[in-house]
Order: sequence, then structure tokens, then C-alpha cells
Amino acid sequence: MKKIVILSFFILASFSPALSQGYSVGDNAENFNLKNVDGEYISLFNYAPAENGAIVIFTCNHCPYAVAYEDRIIEIDKKFRSKGYPVIAINPNDSELVPEDSFEKMKVRAREKNFPFPYLLDKTQEVYKMYGAKRTPHVYLLNKENGNFIVSYIGTIDDNYKDASAVETKYLNDAVTALLKGKKPNPDFTKAIGCTIKDKNTQK
Amino acid sequence: MLSQLKTIFLILFLSIASFSLFAQKYPVYNFESFSPVLEKQNDTTYIVNFWATWCSPCVKEMPAFNELHEKYKDRKIKIILVSLDFGKNLQAKIERFAQAHKIKPTIIILDDPNSNSWIDKVSKDWSGAIPATLIYNKNNRVFHEQSFTFEELESTLHQIINK
Repeated sequence: MKKIVILSFFILASFSPALSQGYSVGDNAENFNLKNVDGEYISLFNYAPAENGAIVIFTCNHCPYAVAYEDRIIEIDKKFRSKGYPVIAINPNDSELVPEDSFEKMKVRAREKNFPFPYLLDKTQEVYKMYGAKRTPHVYLLNKENGNFIVSYIGTIDDNYKDASAVETKYLNDAVTALLKGKKPNPDFTKAIGCTIKDKNTQK
Repeated sequence: MLSQLKTIFLILFLSIASFSLFAQKYPVYNFESFSPVLEKQNDTTYIVNFWATWCSPCVKEMPAFNELHEKYKDRKIKIILVSLDFGKNLQAKIERFAQAHKIKPTIIILDDPNSNSWIDKVSKDWSGAIPATLIYNKNNRVFHEQSFTFEELESTLHQIINK
């Protein structure tokens, strides 16, 4: 009997990610395998630069907040890739709803801005749901612990989308810096105004 | 005499022209100065919508707010459209939008980029994505992070009024 109870607990627990609202800090991030703008597929678990973790950012072409952060995302990648925390950008939008976010337009934007990081398309829109991303840009900082990618910070890049020179708190930068020192990010959760993720199933 | 009159008219004309050119038609708030809008304690029900001119699901629901504004103009219902637009020529950008979409409710601008500090003060349920709408009066309060049709908006309003 006890075994059945324990077993059913594990069965329920294994289903819970599907029922939940995506990842919280402390959760174990699952793998994804998505097409990059260069045509190659990138999977989180096999991505060589992700030695110590990864900075997964749901972003896109069309959203002015995402555009306002492009240069800052490039800087973050340049600063932390060599330290084992590369940026992986994922566009979660349905291009039938936003033509500007099509795979072809992603390639154009990546070339124009010379993105040093992969820019992946979440074509089936399963990955953003798995993460529970709500807007672009939306950051999930993952820390590698015993081979697992543990969600360590969720939120925004800094406290001023409008003006990079007026930023007072660099939340993401501070979070990665904390991980590099073996500390937990504080805060580990922030919010920001952003664009909704364009999905036919959630938008009429 | 005539030339004096001309001069006076010219000055008058110029001052009116420059006034309308530089006056801020849409008032700009930071969160601190805006926050009383979220906490009014009177007989009116407030519909506070967060939007931006470039946000397609926001633009899509504008006719719903216009229709509601018309239908309830004799009732104690007040719609406030809070623009989160940013960038150059903000006033002109919003004016063009308001003209093109024949916007009837009040438009104000919330310019406070440290949004992490105030999103939870609007609602704990808000992720930060727009559009988002708060409907409240002194007794009830409901928040939705979605784009409304007129029917959805009206039925949500009724939930608040008739609760």
C-alpha cells in the first residue's frame, strides 16, 4: 500500500510541470532543441559554451522593449559567454500573427545586429510554455548544478528599458555575477513591462 | 492704428500657436504621481487600461473601450487609457493614434521605466505584458492581463458593478 502511495506521488509529481505555470526559481530546466538562424539546431544540454549555465532570453524582432534591449543583450553575452554563461535567445512568437517575427526576418535581424549568440525559433511554441514565459523580453538564468540546469533567476535585464545610460540596477548582470561567486541571486525574481507572446491559442 | 492692431493680432496668433504646439495634451506621470488613479474611493467605477500604440493586441481592443465609453457615458464609469509608449515625439505619436482610431476615453502617459518597482502595485497577478486592464470601484477590484472584446469587457464591468 505504502509503495502505491509513494508511486502515485511520483507519477503525480512527474505530471506537475504540465499542470503548473512554467518554471519557478529552483526548478530543473528540461532540454530543448530548436533551430538557430544559421540553420543548425541547438539543444541546451549539448550546447558547448553552456559550461556553467545559460542565459535563456525570450525575445523577438518586433517588440520595442526587445529592440531597446538588443545592444544590452549583446554586451551580456560578450561578458559572460567566456565565463560559461552564454546567452541563448529564443523567439516564441507565431509569425502568422506577427510577420516581422518570421524565421527569415530573424535571420535578417541577427545579421544586421551581428548577434554573437544563437537566436532560435520556438516554432511549435512548446518551449516558452514549458518555461512559463509571459512576455518579451523575459529572462531565465540557468545555473548548472551536478549536470542539471537549475532556474536561478527569472525576470528582467535591468531597471530602465528606455535608457541604458540611466540604469541603476542591472538585475541580470548582478544575478550572473552572484552565481560566479557561488552565491544565490538576490533578487531572484523581477518583473518588467513587455509585449505579450503572440500565440493563436491565447489570443483571439 | 491699423498696424498696431495687426501687431496685436500677430502676437495673439503666435502665442496661441506656440501654446498649442508646446502644451502637453496628454499628461505625463511617473508611478508615484499616477498611483492615486488606482485608489479612488468614490461612487465611480474606473477602468484603467495599460497599452501602447505599437502593441497590436492593445490596438485591437480600442474599439471595445470606445464603445463602452459611449454606452456608459451617463453612468459613473470612467475609462483611463494609460499609454506606456516611449521614444521621440511622444505627444505627436499619441495624438496621431488617437485621431486615427477616434479614441474617446481619456489618455494619459505613464513614463516610469523602473517597472519592476510598480507592476505589483497595479496587481500581483500582472506579469508585465500588455494589454492589461484593472477595473475597480471602492468595493471591488479585478485585474485581467488580456485583450478584451466589447462583450467580455462589458460583462467584466457588470461583475464589478453588480457584485
